Amino acid sequence: MDKTAYKGVYVFVEQRENTIQSVSLELLGKARDLADALGEKVYAMFLGHNIANQTGKLIAHGADVVLCADAPELADYTTEPYTQAICQIIKEHQPSIVMIGATTIGRDLGPRVSARIETGLTADCTKLEISEERELLMTRPAFGGNLMATIVCKEHRPQMSTVRSGVMRTLPEDGSRKGEVVKVTVAFNSSKFRVKLLKTVKEKKNLIDISEAKILISGGRGMANAEGFSKLTDLAKTMGAEISASRAAVDAGLIAHDRQVGQTGKTVRPDLYLAVGISGAIQHLAGMEESGYIVAINKDKNAPIFQVADLGIVGDAKQIIQLLNDRLKK
Amino acid sequence: MKIVVCIKQVPDTTEIKINPVTGTLIREGVPSIINPDDKAGLELALRLKDEFNAHVTVITMGPPQADAALREAYAMGADRAIHLTDKKFAGADTLATSHALAGALRQLEFDLLITGRQAIDGDTAQVGPQIAEHLDLPQVSYLEDLTFDGKKTFTIKRAIEDGYQMLEVDAPCVVTVLSNAFKPRYMSVRGIVEAYTQQVEMWGFEQISVAEEKLGLKGSPTRVHKAFSRGVKASGELYEVEANEAVGIIMSKLKEKFIL
Repeated sequence: MDKTAYKGVYVFVEQRENTIQSVSLELLGKARDLADALGEKVYAMFLGHNIANQTGKLIAHGADVVLCADAPELADYTTEPYTQAICQIIKEHQPSIVMIGATTIGRDLGPRVSARIETGLTADCTKLEISEERELLMTRPAFGGNLMATIVCKEHRPQMSTVRSGVMRTLPEDGSRKGEVVKVTVAFNSSKFRVKLLKTVKEKKNLIDISEAKILISGGRGMANAEGFSKLTDLAKTMGAEISASRAAVDAGLIAHDRQVGQTGKTVRPDLYLAVGISGAIQHLAGMEESGYIVAINKDKNAPIFQVADLGIVGDAKQIIQLLNDRLKK
Repeated sequence: MKIVVCIKQVPDTTEIKINPVTGTLIREGVPSIINPDDKAGLELALRLKDEFNAHVTVITMGPPQADAALREAYAMGADRAIHLTDKKFAGADTLATSHALAGALRQLEFDLLITGRQAIDGDTAQVGPQIAEHLDLPQVSYLEDLTFDGKKTFTIKRAIEDGYQMLEVDAPCVVTVLSNAFKPRYMSVRGIVEAYTQQVEMWGFEQISVAEEKLGLKGSPTRVHKAFSRGVKASGELYEVEANEAVGIIMSKLKEKFIL
């Protein structure tokens, strides 16, 4: 394969009900870095219906070219129309790199596209960089989480990756940036549209987004009972914080999955992350290690959470939380 | 109605090593379980068996020890088990894995193909949709619930970040199931006894008619460039003091950082 024929860093821009998802703006920021390193352009693949008025936002966040596919078939996400549109763009434009947010949509779309194109796809990347050989180095936690793996896709193009939301930095909106908008007309094969969307239902469960919180109080196995969690809730009220949790607490049924921090939950970056009774499995650390200030309370002084904590306290978490709450209330 | 469930045997510890030469997983000697999402998928199949008298085939690709996962599926109530194993399949990334499985699945008839959303060792969530693509079948991922009209149409609840979607799709199709969607049943004692007398079909490269260059390490576009332990961040301060003093330290640090 002639790899030099493949150029440009392409970002799939995900919209839900015509709202551009924040992960897509994060990816445009990262794509800007990668494209600058390669001396190439950033392309936003923007799919939807009645979306053309939002292309300026993508340019202001780092895109050089917006490929805008505006069609009723693309109004709501379903696998096949979106796969056809993305595959058409890939075949016509021959991107070097394609990035997709690792959302429930992105993780449905990415593998379908990669299999149709017959190229490599690396899941849930947390770090992307360009090597001296101008290849994309895709790093992700792997193998049960005790290792990081850097993956390359040497002989196939495009190099595709899905990327965790919350990991990459959004560029500040710059209204003075210039860019080009190119209309894409997709030649749909509607005989392949076999999944029918009956309805989309929003549930209240996700009204609070822990990734927006300034202060997070996070409970783990060491607090994984009703009493422990009520103590955390009390402290959160006192501090004006949100509650989050490790997988252990979610599995114990104490808290909803949308408040889980870590590799299979959310990536968070609050000003203060208070980890209470969390040992710090690598999957958890992956979701919170970029927090501004990390305080960990755990009874095991060898717990890995202390390796990322700015302040570590070895002790009985329940007792300390109770005392802390009492003192703060005064 | 015929159902095929793809299951994967995964290590249930984090004590995994990497082959420094090929950069691939060394699985031998690590205790293993059926991947939780797959087990929920098997439970869905068995519920459809209870209700519609469906015939349930389980298939796995993996080394000889993956036989145990198929025996467990038998003991839960599966009707047929296929073990896809061949040196030519080893070292596969998701694309090559999905090609091998798709090759085997082309030899089978089914109305519903079930996989887990993702495996806990790789966490990619790619193989199910990639199989669907190779077989040119519609897919619904992140399945939370499914009803069948008894003829040919499935109504599926699919999880999304802020709620769910209801989708309709006709057989045959591929679904990927979330582990919390269906609580797997226990193996029955009789099932366990019989599981070891039932036959597991061994299929290799010869049975699946997929070009060799699409399989295993050779057929994998992605490679592990390097694997490494996570670096340790410059250590913060660690205190092992009694609770009152600890609270005092926390309060003074948070004030110092202008958080309080």
